[in-house]
Amino acid sequence: MSTNESATSSKRWPAIRFNVNSEARIVKVPPMKRLLDVLREDLHLTGTKEGCGEGECGSCSIRMNGELVNSCLVPVLQVEGADIQTVEGLALDGALHPLQEAFLCHGGAQCGICTPGMLMAAAQLLERSPNPDMPQIREALAGNLCRCTGFIRIFESVAAAVDAQSASPATKLTTEQMHHAR
Amino acid sequence: MRGNAAMHDLVAPGTLAGVLELLAAEPGAWTPIAGGTELMVAFSAGRLAAPKLVSLWGIPDLRAIDVLPQSVVVGAAATFLDLRRHAVIAAELPLLAKAASWIGSIANQSRATLGGNLVNGSPAADSSPALLAYDAEIELISARGRRRVPYSEFHAGYKRNVLAADELLYAIHLPRRFASHKQYLRKVGTRRAMAIAKVALGATALLENGAIREIRLGAASLAPFPTRLLQAESALLGQTITRDTIQSAHHALLAEVKPIDDIRSTADYRSRVAVNLLDEFLLQLRREESH
Ligand SMILES: Cc1cc2nc3c(=O)[nH]c(=O)nc-3n(C[C@@H](O)[C@@H](O)[C@H](O)COP(=O)(O)OP(=O)(O)OC[C@H]3O[C@@H](n4cnc5c(N)ncnc54)[C@H](O)[C@@H]3O)c2cc1C
Ligand code: FES
Ligand code: FES
Repeated sequence: MSTNESATSSKRWPAIRFNVNSEARIVKVPPMKRLLDVLREDLHLTGTKEGCGEGECGSCSIRMNGELVNSCLVPVLQVEGADIQTVEGLALDGALHPLQEAFLCHGGAQCGICTPGMLMAAAQLLERSPNPDMPQIREALAGNLCRCTGFIRIFESVAAAVDAQSASPATKLTTEQMHHAR
Repeated sequence: MRGNAAMHDLVAPGTLAGVLELLAAEPGAWTPIAGGTELMVAFSAGRLAAPKLVSLWGIPDLRAIDVLPQSVVVGAAATFLDLRRHAVIAAELPLLAKAASWIGSIANQSRATLGGNLVNGSPAADSSPALLAYDAEIELISARGRRRVPYSEFHAGYKRNVLAADELLYAIHLPRRFASHKQYLRKVGTRRAMAIAKVALGATALLENGAIREIRLGAASLAPFPTRLLQAESALLGQTITRDTIQSAHHALLAEVKPIDDIRSTADYRSRVAVNLLDEFLLQLRREESH
């Protein structure tokens, strides 16, 4: 393991540059290394989880140039120059994103493994359609699996975040966060 | 087993010309990677046999969707989300938009490309029945030049196709004349989201005075690669839709398909479902015609 690690971080790999949560990052790793592993191992952003490693579960979902992608299927060279947003980038200045608040209040998370991916998929939905109905919420989260909650509470959490957004002046904060997220 | 990234080289020339130059210099040595939704799954599982990969992601030429007077030209690296969001595709090529909505989740559709789906060549590929029904043409490119083949001649066997070692799939040409045809697409799988098709049928037809003047039937999972059902088509061509013509179309279809038994289904079940799907389309045609 440790020999592998050092081979991986050796100088012979070209630098790959991209932004993560609005911060410029440079990594020198094999270009085929999965973005998921680069985030977790090289950038120590362990919010993004690995479930299946084959695109089926969505626990590794992040946003890349404003689109939801599964980071287990992205070779890091393909994010050169891209803007990446992970779950660590959802909260703004220590204030939880309305989705995070809603998941807390409505039992949207139990063990928490699926939660970062659920939040990113939901954040993606809200950016494209700020007032989704339940079928839209379900479609947006169809690629994210949860072994604990039975999904209903997750859907309810997203719906609650939508309601909170349209009901309160927090809307402004949300819009700012959305800009921040890009 | 887990793939080891250090065992694979991956380069991103960033331009189409740069990629073609690499392929021309060492034909067969480089594996193109677009959205990676096939190749990275293989990589993670430790069964990616490609030592050298060249990225097609982020090359604008390959991702463009151009609307011409007679056709819509889709770049091979356009994603299924690009297709779903395109107004002309949604309006005139709804079967393709519908198929795009089936390709896994949103997070998969944002990366999975139409070209990758075709080159990967699964017998169950969701985009194939629609492309066959729309009489799509495939444009291939290499440093030597470009050529076009009908999509119905692109696949040459199980996971084999007519691409040469130095060629890329460049674009998919979709004629716009099908907007006036009756169109149909249905996939039978186990559940709605993220299920691989047991059988799928895509179809377009043009009727004139009750008779079928043009018809195209494209099927997935009924042969080692996606195929047009040419025998069933010719049983129907020029006919009005009666019990007898429907019967002879069934016979033609059953004689030409080569379904298999596998973990997802049986050959017998697949044949029966294919016949039912064809019936559904024909009855829909007849109903709409009588209105
Ligand atoms: C979770 C999940 C669910 C899925 N669900 C479905 C589904 O429901 N239906 C379905 O049909 N598919 C499904 N797929 C597969 C689908 O994502 C792929 O077939 C996708 O379309 C392949 O495109 P890509 O760009 O990701 O391919 P890549 O993995 O990048 O490449 C696939 C193959 O095509 C070659 N290639 C790619 N582009 C070109 C080109 N322009 N010229 C020459 N060769 C090229 C590559 O060398 C490779 O051999 C699913 C995949 C996953 C991971
Ligand atoms: S770990 Fe990436 S989709 Fe499951
Ligand atoms: S909360 Fe445990 S997997 Fe969803």
